[in-house]
Amino acid sequence: MSVISAPPLSDPFQSYDPGQYFCELLRDRAGDGGAGAIVRGRIAAIGLDALRARAAAAENDLINLGITFTIYSESAAIDRILPFDCIPRILTAGEWDEIERGVKQRVKALNLFLHDIYHDRHITNDGVVPADLVYSNANYRPEMEHFPVRFGTYVHICGTDIVRDEAGKFLVLEDNARTPSGVSYVIENRHLMSRAFPDLLAGMKLRPVDDYGRRLLGAMIDIAPEGVDDPQVVLLSPGIYNSAYFEHVFLAREMGVPLVEGADLTVEKDRVYMRTTSGLRAVHTIYRRISDEFLDPTVFKPDSMLGVPGLIGAWRKGNVTLANAVGTGVADDKAIYAYMPRIIKYYLGEEAILANVQTNICREKEGLDYTLANINNLVLKPVGESGGYGITIGPRASKEEIDVARASLLADPSNWISQPVISLSVAPTLTDEGIQPRHLDLRPFAVTGKDTWVLPGGLSRVAMKKGSLVVNSSQGGGSKDTWVLVDDGPSTQAQSMGGMTQSQTFGGEQKQ
Amino acid sequence: MSRSPALLARYAEGLFWMARYLERIENLARLVDVTQTFESPGHEAESWLAMVRINADEEGFAKSGLALTADNVKRFYLLDRDNSTSIPASLELARTNARTLRPLISTEMWMQMNVFHRDMLALTEDDLQGDQLSRVCSRIKEGVQAHTGITEGTFFRDQGWDFYQLGRLIERADQTTRLLDIRYHLLVPGGSEERKAVELTQWGGVLRAAAGYHAFRRVAPAGFTPTDVVSFLLHDGSFPRSVAVCVQQMEWHLSNLRSRYGLRGTVAALERVEELRAGLIGRPVESILNDGLHLFLDGVQRDLILLAAEIGTAFFRDWRPLAAA
Repeated sequence: MSVISAPPLSDPFQSYDPGQYFCELLRDRAGDGGAGAIVRGRIAAIGLDALRARAAAAENDLINLGITFTIYSESAAIDRILPFDCIPRILTAGEWDEIERGVKQRVKALNLFLHDIYHDRHITNDGVVPADLVYSNANYRPEMEHFPVRFGTYVHICGTDIVRDEAGKFLVLEDNARTPSGVSYVIENRHLMSRAFPDLLAGMKLRPVDDYGRRLLGAMIDIAPEGVDDPQVVLLSPGIYNSAYFEHVFLAREMGVPLVEGADLTVEKDRVYMRTTSGLRAVHTIYRRISDEFLDPTVFKPDSMLGVPGLIGAWRKGNVTLANAVGTGVADDKAIYAYMPRIIKYYLGEEAILANVQTNICREKEGLDYTLANINNLVLKPVGESGGYGITIGPRASKEEIDVARASLLADPSNWISQPVISLSVAPTLTDEGIQPRHLDLRPFAVTGKDTWVLPGGLSRVAMKKGSLVVNSSQGGGSKDTWVLVDDGPSTQAQSMGGMTQSQTFGGEQKQ
Repeated sequence: MSRSPALLARYAEGLFWMARYLERIENLARLVDVTQTFESPGHEAESWLAMVRINADEEGFAKSGLALTADNVKRFYLLDRDNSTSIPASLELARTNARTLRPLISTEMWMQMNVFHRDMLALTEDDLQGDQLSRVCSRIKEGVQAHTGITEGTFFRDQGWDFYQLGRLIERADQTTRLLDIRYHLLVPGGSEERKAVELTQWGGVLRAAAGYHAFRRVAPAGFTPTDVVSFLLHDGSFPRSVAVCVQQMEWHLSNLRSRYGLRGTVAALERVEELRAGLIGRPVESILNDGLHLFLDGVQRDLILLAAEIGTAFFRDWRPLAAA
């Protein structure tokens, strides 16, 4: 046993085969500067075992840092981390430009739509969107009618779920215009990446992500009631038992504002105050992470313990601003989603930069008939749900599951839409079986005060289970660091370094 | 430009209680350690019963349905999460407070708390056996001391720091009185020279548990008596765990809240501290001992509860007096 030989070289990507799907790392794209190949080379140089050890250490850091969300079962609350996959997802400057313009266009249209339906109702009067779909919608809030919001901005924070088909075309899956979450992971993933995998990042010229808190605070100050000099901004959270509490903490810290719970606030004479050690202090902008119906027990759910009695009254008096505005849920409803291309055209006179997934509206006879006839090939979604619940994926469903879905559909057709199964793009992901393709989506975050700013990249959510198309964190999804390359891609230094490890900076200056 | 941001009442409350629970954990570990060293062969249960009495836990222990044995008392304080006065229960409460304080405390404080919490949850019966127990006590003390050090080095010094310190100092003063109370429960003064020597050894144990043995030796007369030990733990002006130093620092933090942050709600609490100080410093130890040390310590503990109540009523969002017990 004295033969000395190097271990056989094994390429961790040896068994990686994206098949017919678009690979977000290795597919050659104009302007990528070979970044994907460089990352691949570096991962090969690290080797599968070391990669696993470092990934496990990185996840352990997340637990110790308490970067967790909470899942509630009947008996216990369990802190879970969002599984982190260390192999990044790369977007070129050109791809990002398209997404950024598309997201801004959508946010603009959503705000114009909301302003219109809560004021003059042109779009329904003109028959572009069916009136009952809007005004009978459970998320339509009559309280908002003829209520002015600053700069016409209702959706201050928007998360747009985007997928990519086999041809590499970006498609919008849904808009999240209420209280979208996940942005904290975008920033924490980058921090984690630079702590645990500086050798993967070395020399890469990427758009930074750590500007989010400053931009968000800027928008919150923009939208404060007119005439307030130095507005007090707070973040309103349901508290430590909420599954997104970590994110609330993260955002409050990044903005440098107090994280308050409902009981910390009080309304006197239509003004909102927070309870401090030195008495009541006025509050001017509330970034609320509580749903509409829990905000104010005197207006919505009377038994809500999370909200603030009188808050809506203070808001209507113009003494405080809420972000997002009340009543935005009508715009990101899956039923309205189907009309978004027409809504964009109606208000902006433009084609949608980011296309929708083709959507069949089951409340319409045509859509229902088509869905019933093709149910085995379609994805059936309830319109009111979020978090990936209640979805039936025809080609993956058992006969019994199809029967159940068909019965639910027939019982209440207007509660359902259907879409073709999109062959979601994949990215190489570290799994128990080595590096394997896993499906993923992208949720960019747009912040709007006076203007709209989009955080470069967004949250790439990965379905960690083989073949799964469901990326939601509540259903076992994980996430990846999302890299947006600056115009000229990675530096030449990085290109010539493929496979080597080297510290990222020299005397504080990045090597060119 | 810099402005002094307001402090949410809920945050002040959370800081006060987080510090109290952690101080309580450290002192419980000290008590377990000293009780273990006082165990006299054949009378183990008696020593551990004293610990239950000192913590006023007779009722809670009876409710647990456990037989009064040394092992059961150790379990009750080190493993039993259902016992609200146990170390794991106190740590759970400290961490829940830390969670509500996450927007305020440093990341390093939060991270250490999580690591400490994971470490304590992993304790098992095996860790309570034989020489393991003393090591576990050291680990617990070190966990709290790491928290204290990280807090000292990273936590922003605005009014939150004063509320944090007030919680810690009130708990520390309370715990020092409980440690002293061991004498009443366990140490029987005797007449013979031999008895006196044993007694002094035991007082040495009390001092060690309070981490005050060496400091005491530096300031105590060569032929010291138990009265000198009591005087040291109650009155010494330099020992960080003496009741007098704790009270003096409470007064300083309350004054700071009033003068630097303009919190007028401190008036009642300051009066309470002055009374506490007068009752403590104003009396020679001999007179305290003559009237009964236990009675005196009981009085100090009651005054500390009233002080906490004044602070809670003045500043906290949701003061629950029962939580002070």
